[in-house]
Amino acid sequence: MSKTYYDPADLRKFGNISEWSEELGEKFFDYYGKVFEEGALSAREKSLIALAVSHVVQCPYCIDAYTKDGLERGIEKEEMMEAVHVGAAIKSGATLVHGVQMMNKHKKLSM
Amino acid sequence: MSIKSLAARKDSLSKPERQLEILDNGLFSEAELPRFSEKLAETGNFPLKPGKLEVLQLNLGYMCNQVCSHCHVDAGPDRKEIMTRETMEKCLEVIRKTSAHTLDLTGGAPEMNPNFRWFVEQASKAGIRDFIVRSNLTIILANKKYYDLPEFFKKYNVHVVSSLPFYKKEKTDKQRGNGVFDKSIRVLQMLNEVGYAQEGTGLKLDLVYNPAGAFLPTNQEAMEQDFKKALKTDFNIDFNSLFAITNLPISRFLEYLIASDNYEDYMYELVNAYNPEAVKNVMCTNTISVSWDGWLYDCDFNQMLELKVASTVKHVSEYNEQALQDREIIISQHCYGCTAGAGSSCQGTVA
Repeated sequence: MSKTYYDPADLRKFGNISEWSEELGEKFFDYYGKVFEEGALSAREKSLIALAVSHVVQCPYCIDAYTKDGLERGIEKEEMMEAVHVGAAIKSGATLVHGVQMMNKHKKLSM
Repeated sequence: MSIKSLAARKDSLSKPERQLEILDNGLFSEAELPRFSEKLAETGNFPLKPGKLEVLQLNLGYMCNQVCSHCHVDAGPDRKEIMTRETMEKCLEVIRKTSAHTLDLTGGAPEMNPNFRWFVEQASKAGIRDFIVRSNLTIILANKKYYDLPEFFKKYNVHVVSSLPFYKKEKTDKQRGNGVFDKSIRVLQMLNEVGYAQEGTGLKLDLVYNPAGAFLPTNQEAMEQDFKKALKTDFNIDFNSLFAITNLPISRFLEYLIASDNYEDYMYELVNAYNPEAVKNVMCTNTISVSWDGWLYDCDFNQMLELKVASTVKHVSEYNEQALQDREIIISQHCYGCTAGAGSSCQGTVA
């Protein structure tokens, strides 16, 4: 097998990070679990937000995890794809809005 | 989805020994994951013993009009194993004397057994409290001779439990075959029309949800709300309860897991989701499963793996409830499917 930085089997070992720093690991997983509980936002809404963010931060583990989470919750594939587009729109918007900076600089430097 | 059973394809996975070999090796023999017996031992539940007997589940045969991709029975039109009237007579003797309050008829499509109606009539006289027939729904539209089954079920106050993997067409048809969703919807409407799940009739109609893929079911109550809302809005269908059932890694679902390269991840997920609370009410502790040919098993899954009860009594012809209560329940790694998360049984979650 060719060597790669990402191994899908590593996702299930995520919990192992606590082994080298138990206190911080536990604090993180407690926090993580709490974040995804039902609250002012439903667990379903949070799952879709997580899916969108997973794409924006381009985390393959997170994409696997929240695609499955969505399937488990009965989230439709059309809903998942729309969530991904929301992430993509913000990401492309974030790129494009810098176009204003480019225009400003261009104008400033030009006679 | 294949249109033939594993048995008809002569696939090695149709052999219980091959399935058990897979379930006991690899991840488990290399100690990557603990065996189910080790998990039970952690809470002093090994060996697993039966509690009070509540459910007698009879498998009337493996013949079915559908060939679902997840089927743990490997049922289909090509399966010829059918309970004979002679075995049914022996079952009736047991039904008359059992302490179980629920009689649960399953298959295949139990309605396809030629003696199905006679048996229901006889069994209903035994005064059992809850009389369940597990129907795939589409059988009712498969042939004219089944069209009046909703009326027949009503006459004998049968509690109908139907599979409907999802409230949308695509996922249902993918798992159960093209056209299954539309037919299922029509039959649910027919059941509502004769009074099922309608207030004041006492006629119960429950649905079974099982995931259409290599993932676990989510919260049963949340799914029930989603199903109720969608089926009412889209099709004006009512039902009583939704049972969320986990797919166990045996037979055709095991085939799917291996072929799709999901087996290891799925087993990890089942083991990680192990819930000792679910062990207390796992269905093998309150059920006896009887096969089409009269053999006794701890559950329907053990029946498919041909793991007969570990008792001096192994066949319905020699049925002795007291002797059976003394047995140890036979387990393997497929049992993780019943103890994951909120647990899983033929009646839905258990924890």
